[in-house]
Amino acid sequence: MIVYTVRRLMTAALTVIGAVTLLFVIIRLIPGDPAVVMLGPRASDSMIASMRARMMLDEPVLVQLGAFLGNVLRGDLGRDVLNELPVLTLVLDVLPFTIVLAFGSILLAVLIGVPLGALAAAYRNSWWDRATAFVSVAFITVPPFVAGLLLLLVFAVELRWLPVSGGGTRGDVLNQLRHLILPVSALALTWVGYIARLIRSSVLEEITKDHVRTARSKGLAPGRVLFKHVLRGALIPTIAVLGVGFGNLLGGAVLIEIIFNRPGLGFLILNAIESRNYPVVQGGLVVAVFLYTLANVIADLSYGFVDPRIREA
Amino acid sequence: MDASIAPAEGAVPRWRRLALVRLLRDPTGAVGTLFVAAILVLAVFAPLLTPYAPEDIDVRNRLAPPSAEHWMGTDQLGRDVFTRLVYGTRIALAVALPAVLAGAVVGMLLGLVAGYVGGWVETGLIWLFDVVRSFPALLFAIAIIALTGPSLFMVVFIMALTRFPSYGRLIRAQTLKIREEEYVAASKALGCSAPRVMLRHILPNAVAPLFIQAAMDVPVVITFEAGLSFLGLGVPPPTPSWGSILREGYTYVRATPWMILFGSGFLVIATLGFTFFAEGLRDLFDVRIRGEGSN
Repeated sequence: MIVYTVRRLMTAALTVIGAVTLLFVIIRLIPGDPAVVMLGPRASDSMIASMRARMMLDEPVLVQLGAFLGNVLRGDLGRDVLNELPVLTLVLDVLPFTIVLAFGSILLAVLIGVPLGALAAAYRNSWWDRATAFVSVAFITVPPFVAGLLLLLVFAVELRWLPVSGGGTRGDVLNQLRHLILPVSALALTWVGYIARLIRSSVLEEITKDHVRTARSKGLAPGRVLFKHVLRGALIPTIAVLGVGFGNLLGGAVLIEIIFNRPGLGFLILNAIESRNYPVVQGGLVVAVFLYTLANVIADLSYGFVDPRIREA
Repeated sequence: MDASIAPAEGAVPRWRRLALVRLLRDPTGAVGTLFVAAILVLAVFAPLLTPYAPEDIDVRNRLAPPSAEHWMGTDQLGRDVFTRLVYGTRIALAVALPAVLAGAVVGMLLGLVAGYVGGWVETGLIWLFDVVRSFPALLFAIAIIALTGPSLFMVVFIMALTRFPSYGRLIRAQTLKIREEEYVAASKALGCSAPRVMLRHILPNAVAPLFIQAAMDVPVVITFEAGLSFLGLGVPPPTPSWGSILREGYTYVRATPWMILFGSGFLVIATLGFTFFAEGLRDLFDVRIRGEGSN
């Protein structure tokens, strides 16, 4: 397991370095001068020149890349152009909001999706199974930001049951939870659909296996067989999908944060774009890539933890 | 020519007719095909379906609710929402089709090379696929468009860039299997060059799942473009993109719910249609594989 973990962490580190490099190179290769973008169209030549010098834009791309990677490895993501605060501080300040949003959505999706899918498989071809299939597809095809808009329209604007925007009052957990309900639901919907479908098909596969037949022949209650013996095996593919899903969730979270006016990584990056604060955009993206890769690693490792065949392979 | 093997009436070959019939007999495939057909009709015949132009402004009739004159109401400039949504199908397809095509072609070629050549070329390409897949696509798009400014071309370019690895992995896996077939060994023994073996002998046999993946990707790209336009980073105004219509609906959500309701409806029908269509295709394809296997 240790060898497997180390090997997986090394590939992950390579992926992050590769992703950061590619991001950097693409940003440098595409037309548009970051210094001009940041200072705006009315900036004088001398202002642009000094900004270019500060951002090392006149150095060869490889030197810039080396400096950038070195800084990232030291945890230095640059400084906010407007208030000179370290980008890392700004990111860490809002990151908990995004993480709570993402994990809240995954949790909600698992809590609803797993029983939905398991019951659909247990009562295969019943009306419940067909209803679940329909609901799953409907949930999968509604993009999270559209779900967010519709939820906002119905529950916040028309019915006024829940707050329209913001992250809630700091320190007031109940208030923050109320602010979480709509964004988390909007992000979770797609994943309820995915998880229900995935669990259904893996349960149907798992149900035919020998160890399940043994459990049944021991006379265990059907519910116990389903939730203890079948689901354990059926959860493995779901864990892997959740790791990949986390990245998509981060993307979806950007739009959800904008719609509900919630502080978070996406909101920070988008605001930084509007104020042409490029170091914040770049730093925010590096953290996003890092989080995404980390989620994949955790998914892979837990995959190996649940299924010994994988870590020994 | 024997009548039984002659093509059925018209130029449509029999197998293709059967495939379409089978697609339509499956409820999922039928609904998907119907919705996709509806979207295509809207896109092609947009000017015939509505008396207004998408940019026609009527300031006296701003944010009007649905009526006989304006079926889906009007927006903050008095533009007809139905007209803008109908023209929006053109934008959705103008982004989705080229992006998917470009992503598929690039991914296909790289996957082919990775699977056929193997060695460090394969390792490098797989690493590239994984690296690109590790980008949160939307954030990546936002970063690039922040520098270049929004345009239809940029949206297509970024979508192609973020989608190609899935095709690459798919074709690589297919190539690995087909590489070992006897006819590939035979063509090599006959002295075919590597590109010829790859393009003439392996590719035609590896490409089928690619079509399904492409059909699955169309709704992904449509949603992505709508998301970018919602943020104001997609196709620039006044072009009527579904995402920008939703953005306007969001801005005026307290004045009128109609833009969000109808805008979401169009977007969901398109994504649902293409998803069902792709699932229908996949089922059809699986059946064919089973049929071939049993022969």
